[in-house]
Formats: sequence, C-alpha cells, structure tokens
Amino acid sequence: MRKNIILCGVGGQGTVLASRLISAAAMARQIPVMSAETIGMAQRGGSVFSHLRMGENLFSPMIARGEADLILAFEPGEAVRMLPYLKKDGQMIVSSRPVMPVTASLAGNVYRAEDMLDYLRAHVSRLLIVDAEKALREVGSPKVLNLILLGAALKCGALGLEEADLKEAIRRQIPEKFHELNFRALAYE
Amino acid sequence: MHDEFLMGNEAIALGALAAGVNVVCGYPGTPSTEVLETVARRRGDRVYVEWSVNEKTAMEIAGGAAYAGARALVTMKQMGLNVASDPLMCLEYIGVKGGLVVLVADDPGPISSQTEQDTRFFAAFSKVPVLDPSSAEEAYRMVQEAFDLSEEYVTPVFLRPTTRVSHGYASLQVKDPGEYTVHEPEGFVKDSARWVIFPRLSFANHRKIEERNVRLQDVFSASPLNRIEPEDDACPCARKGIATGGFSYTYVMEAREQLGRLRTLKVSTPFPFPEKRAVEFLSGLDEVLCVEELDPVIERQLIYVCGKYGLTTRILGKMTGHMPLSGENSRDSVLSAIASFMNVPLPAASEEASDPPPALPVRPPVLCAGCPHRASFYAVKQAMKGRKTIFCGDIGCYTLGNAMPLDMVDTCLCMGAGLGIAQGINHLEKDRSCFAFVGDSTFFASALPGVVNAVYNQAEFTLIVLDNSTTAMTGHQPHPGTGRTMMGDVVEKVSIANVLRGIGVTAVETVDPLNYQAAVEVVRRTADLPGVKAIIFRSPCVALFRSASRVTIDPARCVGCKKCIREIGCPALSIRDGKAVADPAQCNGCTLCAQLCPTGAITGGEPHA
Ligand code: SF4
Ligand code: SF4
Repeated sequence: MRKNIILCGVGGQGTVLASRLISAAAMARQIPVMSAETIGMAQRGGSVFSHLRMGENLFSPMIARGEADLILAFEPGEAVRMLPYLKKDGQMIVSSRPVMPVTASLAGNVYRAEDMLDYLRAHVSRLLIVDAEKALREVGSPKVLNLILLGAALKCGALGLEEADLKEAIRRQIPEKFHELNFRALAYE
Repeated sequence: MHDEFLMGNEAIALGALAAGVNVVCGYPGTPSTEVLETVARRRGDRVYVEWSVNEKTAMEIAGGAAYAGARALVTMKQMGLNVASDPLMCLEYIGVKGGLVVLVADDPGPISSQTEQDTRFFAAFSKVPVLDPSSAEEAYRMVQEAFDLSEEYVTPVFLRPTTRVSHGYASLQVKDPGEYTVHEPEGFVKDSARWVIFPRLSFANHRKIEERNVRLQDVFSASPLNRIEPEDDACPCARKGIATGGFSYTYVMEAREQLGRLRTLKVSTPFPFPEKRAVEFLSGLDEVLCVEELDPVIERQLIYVCGKYGLTTRILGKMTGHMPLSGENSRDSVLSAIASFMNVPLPAASEEASDPPPALPVRPPVLCAGCPHRASFYAVKQAMKGRKTIFCGDIGCYTLGNAMPLDMVDTCLCMGAGLGIAQGINHLEKDRSCFAFVGDSTFFASALPGVVNAVYNQAEFTLIVLDNSTTAMTGHQPHPGTGRTMMGDVVEKVSIANVLRGIGVTAVETVDPLNYQAAVEVVRRTADLPGVKAIIFRSPCVALFRSASRVTIDPARCVGCKKCIREIGCPALSIRDGKAVADPAQCNGCTLCAQLCPTGAITGGEPHA
C-alpha cells in the first residue's frame, strides 16, 4: 500500500497530533511512514501543514502537486490553498468552519467560508464537508476537531486503516483522561 | 535494535546516545531544539545535559568536556553558530581529545531565521569537517560516525541537518540502550604545550590542519558517504548528471523515478570535498546540474575540480541561473528544473483549474490569544501615545508585536541587538524616547553586555524585559530565571531585577502587564527618568500555563464599536452579526479586552487588577 496524505489548517488546530496518530497506527501495522510538518513561528496562527507518506521505497517525506490521495483540511480556506496537491480522483475532507485571521477582521475583508466550499464543490469530485460547528457541539468539546476529521476519514476508507488501529494509537499517545472524549469524537457521525 | 517513529532531531539525539556521548549542551533555536530535549528525555544517568545561557558558553563547555576526553555534543541553529564562532574557530586550532560534534541546523527558506547562511561554507572557513545528512536515518548514523572522525582526526566535526531533515519524521531502526557504546573519559591531562593557544602553536597547527584536510578529501572520496547513483542504460541523457546533497537528495531521487535515472552524485561531506569521487562522477559527462539549498557549495567545488583536473564538463546551478538563488527547494521545483535540464516534458500533475480560486486569507503568525506580551506592548503604546519614540525589538515570540494593530516593533536584528540599537539612536537623537524590548531568555543569552555598556556610557533608554518565565518561541525551554535545569534540578532563580540593580540600573520596576491601568502608570512614571531604567513585565506564557477561564461577551451590551479588536488584535476576538465574540477554543481569559471595553460587555476571565 502506498498513500500520500496532507493535513492542513491553522496553527493551534491540532493537525500535528492527528498526523502523529495516523503515523503511529501505520507503524503498528508495519507500514513504513515518513512525514514532515510546520514547526516554529507559523504555529502561532499561521497556515500549517503535515505531509505524510506511507509505503515502501519512498525517498522524500514531501508530497508533490497532484500526488495526495487524501487531504484532511481543518479549515475551508486552507483546503483551497492545498488543492493543487490533490490527486485527480483524490479524496478531500474539509471542516466547514472558517478561522478568520485577525488581520482580516481588522481590515474588514473577511472571506466567506461558503465561497471556499463552493469552489471545492466545483473542483473536487470526492469531497466530504464536515459541519464542524455541529459536530463539536454534539461531542461537547471545542478542541477535538482533529479526531472528528480523522473519524470521517476512517469512515470513507481514505486512510487505509481501521478504527481499532487509531484507537490503539490514541491509547498510546494521549493521556488517559482524554481517551473517552477522543473515542467519542472519532466515532462521531 | 527496535523500530521507532522519530523526528530527525530525535534520531540525532539517539545516535549521540548510542555513540556514548557524555556531555550535551546547547542553546534553543529552531530547527535544532529537539536534539537536546530528546537527550534530556532519553539519557541514562551517565550523560550530563544542560541548556547553556548562550551558544558561545555551550561551545566552551563542550570544548572543556572534550579536552577531558569526553564525547561531547553541542547543539544550536545556524544563527547560534555566529555567537559560538569565537571559541569554535580557536578550538579547531587546538583540537580535541574526546569526540566533539557540533550540531548546527540550517534553515533554508528561511522558515524561522534571520538569514539563509550556509554552515557548509562556515565549515570551509573554520576548517572543520562537515557531514550533511539527507534523512533522519542518515543523521542517526552520521552522528555516530562524526564522533569517530572527531577522535581519529582530533578535530571538532559539524553535523548539519536542515529544517526538513531535523523536523521530518520517519520510522527507523535504532539501538536499544543496552547496545550503546560506553565511553569512559580519561580526564584532563595537563599539557600547556597542547591546550594553551599561542601564535607559535597556531602556526604549527595551521599547517597540520591544512594537510589533514587534504588527507580527508581522499578518505571521504573512498567513503560510501559520498556515492554515485548510476545512470540507467535506457536513460536518454547519458552524458548528463546531477550533483546534490542534504535534503535535496530526496527530491532528486524522487525525480529520478519519475523522469529517468541520470547519473547522480550525492555529496555528504561538502567539506573537505571528495575531489576524487567527483572526478570519477564527472568523467564522460558533458553537463551537470547542481541541486542544493542555500549557497552554491557543491557547484563551486565542482567548477574548481573541473579547473584543477582539466575537465570540460559544464557545471550548472545557482550561478548559471538554472536554480533559484534563495529559498527552499521543493519536490515540484526540483522536478521541473531536472525536466528542463533533461529536455523532457513534465509529467502531468493535477489539471490546473480554469477558474482562479477565491482570494485566500493571508495568515501572518500572531501572538497567542491571551499572550501577556500583547498587554505589555499595548501598555507602552498607550503610555507613550503622541511622543517621539522608537521601539527596538528582539528575537522571540515578541517579534510578533510588530503586527497590526500593535505595530510596536520598529527594529529587529539579532539576539540582544535591540539594546545596542536603542543606544545608538539615543546618542544621535536626544529628544526621542528610546525603548528596547527583550525577552527573559534573550536577556540572559545576550543582553547583559548591552546593559553594562549603557550604564557605563551614560546612554538614556528604557529597557523592557518581557518576563514570561520560559523560552517560548522555541517550545518552552527553561533558562537561568526559571530555576529549573535540564538535569531535573530545582535551583536558585537568577533574578533579573537583582542583576539589573547590580549593574547599576537604579530604576527597576516590576508589574503584571495584564493589569492594564497599573502597567500604563508604571511606564508613564518610568520612561522619563534620566539614564537607563528598566521595567519588567512579568506574566507567564499562556501556551505553557494554559488557563481554563474565558471571557464572555454580552451581545446585549456590546455596541459593536470593535474597540477590543481594533486596539489589541487578539486572535480569539472576531465580529459576528455586528457584535464582538470571543472564541472559547482560543480565549485564555486574560481580560485585556474586558479592561478596554467601554460598555463593560466583556466579563469573566482571570482577574488581574
Ligand atoms: S507562546 Fe507564549 S510568549 Fe509566545 S505568543 Fe504564545 S503566549 Fe505569547
Ligand atoms: S480575554 Fe479577551 S484579549 Fe484575553 S484572550 Fe480572551 S478574548 Fe483575547
């Protein structure tokens, strides 16, 4: 199996942890993994990404344009930014909730999430839009967007991994008091 | 051996532990920081580890340990090497007894640095051999080889990963602790003819160093570190080749799979350069494209080799306009450079969408919601409103105080420079109120001489120390003011206020910046005193000490004036349907916005008044 996955969003949304969980789950299945991500200043509210590749005979952890089997986008604007990386028949999963940069709020030029989503609808054949607002409310925590998106990816089979794999990864990577909440977010539909 | 999923920097740390390293020290700096942190986490009790106060001190400590026969690793980013260059240049002349590996992480882009300097060039300048890994796996092996080389050739050795190597993750096989080499240092043996640098010794050693480096060229030419990946017989461009090194090697190898395999030289020791291997690579080639980041190091070396050995191969790269002069390479940029070098079409990626996407948001990094630096900057800004001022910034999260709407960083150069710049401007413009902002970690690392200088030379400015009890930007390392060491000890904190008073700064005030009124008053009262005066804004970094409290904004009382957003630009605040809202996922309840709201619509949070 060979899979190229991009996770993208805004610093602080939890993309790094999500990428770590996928990697741990793949490792546990003896699949070689490589990844690369944004660390440093951009984590303070900038655009962030993780590239994650699984499979044999890979040289670079970076994914080229048109090579991603799956893009897991934590924010609609960031989804559009990463779109050139998606394979022709690749799967995109996107959270509907925009994160407005302060600069946009200040200058009064806020963008509309709907415009971004419309653009994605027109260009992505395999698109899954997750109503993040609703999901977070129902799961009952504002901080588990990453698990909700991972759950969505599991359910449409885009990760090539099983729910049990990810649960095991959660058990090993996340403090126990959060397990229940994370499992609930992962199982959300 | 066992499998682990490791960041490049973690792999380097485990490699050093496997090589029996005894002493590890450094100063935090992206992208190098995780090496030392991993050592601290994974070391046995035989290893001494510390965050030193700055890179120069770290280099000297590592040098001392190596004099005593220890295996020592010193870590820093490329900017830090500038700070450490004085001891390093001399250490090369003196040499070492135990292995000394200098880990310097370079940052093409640059992603989080002030310059795109290239440590491979620094290696040639300082005459210190350098190993340049392409992956976490290679870095793991190279750090172990570096210790052996260092001891065999009595010299410090650089290991130079770049950001993508340092921060890339891979699953790899590493040794179990039981398999680690045990290195027993002999201890320091007195010998002043060896350890005391005098012109005569430098003269004698200089010659030996030059001769050794020529020998190393041959050693490296024969080493599998520098290897030739053969061309495919079927390849249409049999007389063309690629020379590469570092992370770009991974891009080249991916491109080979897509476009056809050209003969490829991988250079892992850019200095001393493996000349003979290069001659072997060049033979029969008409043209070579050099794919590397930062400076054209391999490119220059190949041109030199062609001249020296009378070869007619054309060397292409940055200096011939075939590769970009600055910034990072990428899978796509390397693929298209190689395709045009080979004269073959690019494989079709995704189709370009015919209609352009809607305008995408720009996302400059910002101070976290609730960051006390925001309050400190705002207090100074309000207190000095309407005055002729300059705000000299420094290196850390607080550089982000430059963003609108705060706009409180007029200059930023390098670690600790804000103090000097404020003084320089003050001597010229006496009517300007000069401020230097420095973080607590930077204060200890490089601001002290600047304070002493200002007191001695009668400069007039206000020093603002932003004390959040951590080194925040690089991921929260302890420093002398925090009272915690990397060995896990709790020690006496070095008091910034006492240090300043000891130097002779008479006016030293400490205040919580999140108490807005009090903070503004302190600035007003202090800024106009004569001479050097200091204000310490003390409040912990919210990313480290997360608060569970948040504010709520009553839509009935919010009149939509946007003052909270316009004045402080907290990323948790936005306008929805004409009213301000605070995002509960981001707000830390610092209450700065609440203290500004003219209608009292914002309530809750942690009280600071
Ligand atoms: S990490 Fe700490 S110091 Fe840096 S911006 Fe966030 S709160 Fe401020
Ligand atoms: S209290 Fe106000 S200023 Fe402070 S973090 Fe929350 S929204 Fe931002």
